[in-house]
Amino acid sequence: MEIGGLIAYLVALAITAGIYAVFCLGLNIQWGYTGLFNIGIAGFFCVGAYISAMITLPVCGIIAFLIGIPTLRLGEDYLAISTLGIAETFRLIFNNEKWLANGARGLTGLPQPLENLIDPKYYNYIYLVIIVIILAAIYLLIERAIRSPWGRVLRAIREDEASAAMSGKDIFNFKMQSLVFGAMVMGVGGALFAHYMKAVSPEIFTPLYGTFIIWVMLIAGGSGNNKGAILGAYVIWGIWIGTQLLTDYLPLFLKARAPYIRFLVIGVLLELILVYRPQGLLGEEKKVSKMME
Amino acid sequence: MLELIVYGIVFGSIISLGAIGLTLVFGIIRFANFAHGDLMTTGAYIALFMVTTALAWIGIPDTTFGSLSFGWRMLIAFPVSMAIVGGLAIAADRILYRKLRDQGSGPVMLAMSSLGIAFIIRMLILIFWGADSLFYKPGLLRPAIEMPVGVKIRPDQILILILVFGMVILLHLFMQKTKMGKAMRATADNMELALVSGIDTDRVIILTWGIGGALAAAGGILYGIDVQVHAYMGWNFLIPLFAATILGTIGNMWGALVGGLVIGVVQQVSTAFLMPTYKPAVAFMVMILILLFRPKGIFGGKQE
Repeated sequence: MEIGGLIAYLVALAITAGIYAVFCLGLNIQWGYTGLFNIGIAGFFCVGAYISAMITLPVCGIIAFLIGIPTLRLGEDYLAISTLGIAETFRLIFNNEKWLANGARGLTGLPQPLENLIDPKYYNYIYLVIIVIILAAIYLLIERAIRSPWGRVLRAIREDEASAAMSGKDIFNFKMQSLVFGAMVMGVGGALFAHYMKAVSPEIFTPLYGTFIIWVMLIAGGSGNNKGAILGAYVIWGIWIGTQLLTDYLPLFLKARAPYIRFLVIGVLLELILVYRPQGLLGEEKKVSKMME
Repeated sequence: MLELIVYGIVFGSIISLGAIGLTLVFGIIRFANFAHGDLMTTGAYIALFMVTTALAWIGIPDTTFGSLSFGWRMLIAFPVSMAIVGGLAIAADRILYRKLRDQGSGPVMLAMSSLGIAFIIRMLILIFWGADSLFYKPGLLRPAIEMPVGVKIRPDQILILILVFGMVILLHLFMQKTKMGKAMRATADNMELALVSGIDTDRVIILTWGIGGALAAAGGILYGIDVQVHAYMGWNFLIPLFAATILGTIGNMWGALVGGLVIGVVQQVSTAFLMPTYKPAVAFMVMILILLFRPKGIFGGKQE
């Protein structure tokens, strides 16, 4: 591969991994810091991508709010099943209702920000800059929030709900804020994805691509650690792309099934991490405030 | 409409088989097993392999019983597949879940690892069989018999109902009458207390996984007989399974049966108004309503 092609390839890789990093940060707020078990990331991914732009924030927030009402007072399993259900429901709606967003074929020809400024051949460089800026902004925002008294309450709830409640904290409200905040970040990720691909269709938002791989990324990087969330996104995306290159060496009869083999690898990887390195690559930062020594 | 309700009961009885296993595991080990739907798929595919390949190779004849759509091969494949899937569920617990429990991982990490197992199972099935819908007996016309009040039902479906209720009654007797069954109920009630009363809770856990896996396999095969075998069938069952489990109160076997029937009927009746592809979404909506108004399910007593 010539050097120009290689760089373009790496840029594309960095963009996609960067988008996944945004999702990981969103999930990190919910799971890493508050202990909310959301396995319906694909739903927020999907809504963010279809709705895009500025209104993705309120819409994803409202959906998270609605799903939080019946489930946040109950155990974590209920939230998991409900988020899974809502994600599947959105996918079914976008898949079946042709009037809404062209059904299973999805939308194509979406506009890209600043696309008139530069030759389309080099557009990815601009998009990478956009991703890096947004990723950095979200990272700083979460770091700031998590180090504030508000963030400490979230972690207190994750560690011991009962004692946080005894200290006079409204558990339901804080959980709701965390769920909504995380969902909004995921919505941003969905919008970034849609404008990068210039097309969206329901098949992208299957539990596999939309939820599972993001969980693997966060667990691999280290939940409860924003740097870990970003690192995990790049490492797992790198492995995912790497296995694609390896499938060239598969015997012919297995080639058609290569995507399944690649996902099998990701699944096995998750189990290995859970058993042998449950804290992930970086693990959680113990110190959250500079006031504490 | 009446016909949809009857089909709903057949479909619901299959959901029940999965939901009973799910509710038993949920009740004893206290984590949401997201791989349960894919255990159903595994059962269906193991039976498929035996019916179309292994038993054909041994030379078991391919004839069918009367107006049913299967014969001796399925009669052998059915219990064997149940045993294998029960064994696989136990193996997953020994190799993975027990390790996670021992190292103190919370229920969320256990659930996450079961989601991983679900994907691993599905990918293995996709690698070996591909993504096409398959049938135990392709190209077979399956005539329906006319019942009184104008309901058409296939002989297969009647047999499914008989089998499901037979298995549930057997399980009920096992839980009520045998020592092991009583130990299971005690462990579900309070594991520490069961442990100090000298119950071997580790054996109870193994048995629970075995029963859960075997029932899931039975459900998967029956769905395969009734409709088709597909790599994603178990995943589509997952939300109805959880809806049935929660509706019938977690840990309650009869609740899971009732929950499964209710969810099955509601899903089937909804096809009169909605596209059939929305069936999982309908189960989900029912579940949300239960969570809003009666989060402990119908047998859960008053909410605190």
